[in-house]
Amino acid sequence: MVYDFLIAPFVEFGFMRRALIGTLALALGAGPIGVFLMLRRMSLVGDAMAHAILPGAALGFLVAGLNLFAMTAGGIVAGVLVAVLTGLVARATGLKEDASLATFYLLSLALGVTIVSVKGTNVDLLHVLFGSVLALDDPTLLLIGSITSVTLVALALIYRPLVLECVDPGFLRSVSHAGAPVHLMFLALVVLNLVAGFHALGTLLAVGLMMLPAAVGRFWARDVTTMIVGAVATGIASSVIGLLVSFHAGVPSGPAIILVAGAFYVPSVLFGRVGGIVRQLFPGRHLEA
Amino acid sequence: MNAVLTFRDLTLGYDRHPAVHHLSGTVEEGALVAVVGPNGAGKSTLFKGVVGLLKPLAGRVELGNLRPADIAYLPQAAEIDRSFPITVFDMVAMGLWRRRGLFGGVGRADRAKIEEAIAAVGLAGFEARPIATLSGGQMQRTLFARLLLQDARVILLDEPFTAIDARTAGDLFALVQRWHAERRTVVAALHDLELVRTGFPQTLLLAREPVAWGATPEVLTPANLLKARRMCEAFDDSAAACAHQAA
Repeated sequence: MVYDFLIAPFVEFGFMRRALIGTLALALGAGPIGVFLMLRRMSLVGDAMAHAILPGAALGFLVAGLNLFAMTAGGIVAGVLVAVLTGLVARATGLKEDASLATFYLLSLALGVTIVSVKGTNVDLLHVLFGSVLALDDPTLLLIGSITSVTLVALALIYRPLVLECVDPGFLRSVSHAGAPVHLMFLALVVLNLVAGFHALGTLLAVGLMMLPAAVGRFWARDVTTMIVGAVATGIASSVIGLLVSFHAGVPSGPAIILVAGAFYVPSVLFGRVGGIVRQLFPGRHLEA
Repeated sequence: MNAVLTFRDLTLGYDRHPAVHHLSGTVEEGALVAVVGPNGAGKSTLFKGVVGLLKPLAGRVELGNLRPADIAYLPQAAEIDRSFPITVFDMVAMGLWRRRGLFGGVGRADRAKIEEAIAAVGLAGFEARPIATLSGGQMQRTLFARLLLQDARVILLDEPFTAIDARTAGDLFALVQRWHAERRTVVAALHDLELVRTGFPQTLLLAREPVAWGATPEVLTPANLLKARRMCEAFDDSAAACAHQAA
């Protein structure tokens, strides 16, 4: 019974296994990225960046059809371009990063829409917008896995300056010149993970496995490491449960995964150990010292 | 005597308006110098110029044989994200950056050093506390512990005892004296003239223009202080270009 419900779908159906592997890889890479985005108060940056990727991917699609390479390359180029220009403008002028990002992603979105309408719309574009987690082929899985591997290795390499850039950027500037390159590398990782997420969940939900698990982690952990562990665990649980829900209830799997993540988020807001609402309303009697 | 910092007709400022105007002089190795002056006198600007955060409008700062890594700088309003989930121990451990860098492991000897520094600022027992739970004084103690670990030859402190209670200020000043005894060079911007008179052998009185620089009793005279207080803070947008020529 339990076997039929939890295990059998993945044993019997190849597309479920592929979807599982793809989303697990996504959760591993996007979780820590989301935690750092959140700690740097850049949560909406991820969202904006996902929109910036869309025109690039659409361009690739219009040139080469549903071609993995063309769409990925287009997405990465558009995302990196927006990320780098944003970072450069923010650092070279007084414009804050969020304002700078807003200008670039609006421009790239407008450009993308213009290109699409010139070439005429296509039904397959829905596929681009909402992803196809149940139709991941081998090359796509390989791509997502590679992006996750690159992300985890790169994060391990830049972990120390990345944390320091978040806590005390002035101090990092005074001891090292790593600040700017580390920031740009981090933005590049954000783009890569959004492109990976875009293949599975589509542009509109790609940020979901990044930000929702991170927000859940924030309510349960007091230090960065446990927060990352919490975020990854939430992402993995959301993927597994979401795929099962989608299989048994016959609902689209991408939204199901994100909704399950949301189902983890709501009780975390209410009952979270760190700053949860119930904790704040009923903190218990005050202590002696 | 060996000069560690030399200012040569240094002018620092923002948008062509000078905040430090034509400063010349040297800081000797091992000196303990107070920088005194009203708000807006250019004290913070001077420190930013020394650590290279601000490019001079004219003149220059010579660092002698110092590498940038030899200078530790505690800004007046550090841009620290106090809500970031990090412990006092990890925060202090950052002081080891120059020796451990990106990947260097923090070994047992390092951990002992970190704990020693935390104890030296009177925060023993606070190692595992998140920085979000610290008071202003405890945060300043944490930053001093980090300075201890930085082990720098020159230490720049921008108003380190402002908004800090007397006991904390006393404890932290004892660390400044320890650095002085270790022949490190300490330059500190201060408002507490009593502390400057008793604890700092040399003083630079700054009011955009350098008013006086030398032995503290000769600098902090009523006449000099009055002159410093008369400084005009306002920028003049129609000011003519400065005609003062470097000698």
